[in-house]
Amino acid sequence: MTRRAALRAAAVLAALAAAGSVPAEAHLVQSGLGPFYDGVAHFAVSADDLLAALAVALLGGLHGPRAGRWALFSLAGAWLAGGLAGLPRETVASWPLATALSLIVVGGLVAWNPRLPAPAVGALALAVGALHGYLNGSLSAGGAFGFRGLLGTAVSAFVVVALAAALAVSLKREWTRIAVRVAGSWIAAIGLLMAAWSLR
Amino acid sequence: MKPAARMLLWTGAALALFFWASPALAHQERGQAAGLLAGLKHPVSGLDHVLAMIAVGLWGAQLGAPAIWVLPVAFPMVMAFGAALGVLGIAIPGIEVGIAVSAIVLGVMVLTEARPPLGVAALIVAFFAIFHGHAHGTELPAGASGVLYSVGFVVATGCLHGVGIGIGTIHGWPKGRIALRLGGAAVALAGVFFLLRALA
Repeated sequence: MTRRAALRAAAVLAALAAAGSVPAEAHLVQSGLGPFYDGVAHFAVSADDLLAALAVALLGGLHGPRAGRWALFSLAGAWLAGGLAGLPRETVASWPLATALSLIVVGGLVAWNPRLPAPAVGALALAVGALHGYLNGSLSAGGAFGFRGLLGTAVSAFVVVALAAALAVSLKREWTRIAVRVAGSWIAAIGLLMAAWSLR
Repeated sequence: MKPAARMLLWTGAALALFFWASPALAHQERGQAAGLLAGLKHPVSGLDHVLAMIAVGLWGAQLGAPAIWVLPVAFPMVMAFGAALGVLGIAIPGIEVGIAVSAIVLGVMVLTEARPPLGVAALIVAFFAIFHGHAHGTELPAGASGVLYSVGFVVATGCLHGVGIGIGTIHGWPKGRIALRLGGAAVALAGVFFLLRALA
């Protein structure tokens, strides 16, 4: 088996494993591998966190490598910093409207595709990272998430943004960039629905 | 297939399988009872919705660039806005009639190969998107809250457009153009049936 075929088979197996996963019954995901991997697993099953990171990555990637780097380091750094700020909370913070707004704004910008300076992309990534990180950090109040769990979520966000932004940067053909913008419009639409639910 | 296209395809397939995973129970978003599958099923549960969504794709394919990508980018966000109105309980009169008329109008557009200015085409599609979105928003099952439901809902709608665009590629052949116009006629006729049913 060539290296490429092995990688492909590994990707299929990983996807099938994710598809066949069982529901997490605990308040937080218990991976059984320790707090760091609990954080990784938590990020992987929290679609709102995943979508926010993906939206930031696509926005950065559409604006080129420099903006992609701003998005990558700003989001991951702010995620960790926000999480540290949320750790001392005594109750779990749940701000569904703010989470939804982050998807609407960043997804909408991906769909609209205005030319933004790289630091502006970085600032958006900073805000999104701080918000989602803070909410992740506050989970400590309900499930002993801890610093290592928080680190797991931040590292996961870093990896997802790095991969997705790199993919978006590599896309040069017009239709592939349009596909990215369509993905952004889907994320914004999901955010709109989440906002409505949170206001209901 | 180009490497970028292949990468997009694999990423899309992996994400689809990933989101197929069962939702985490008692996770930070409460009431995340309905998962991706319920969201995916909802837009395809009514023939009136399905035909209109596909007709949007068919018309986009007939119009060519830039309409072929403007419509799929704009539609999900406008439809989600309509769904948000429905979720919030903000009434819009004549929803069923509007949905039936959308099938008639979009079918006639495909039948006649109408080529209005891009702004007018986008306005027509966006106008009817609100009716479809609102119907979905008000018909959502009670307690069905959660980001995964939204993901399924938006992705299914986008895929229906994709099906329409895919079918619309036959527009490149002379016989295909005729078949496409006949398809438009069928959608319009179905719309008349839906209208009669709505008015009965």
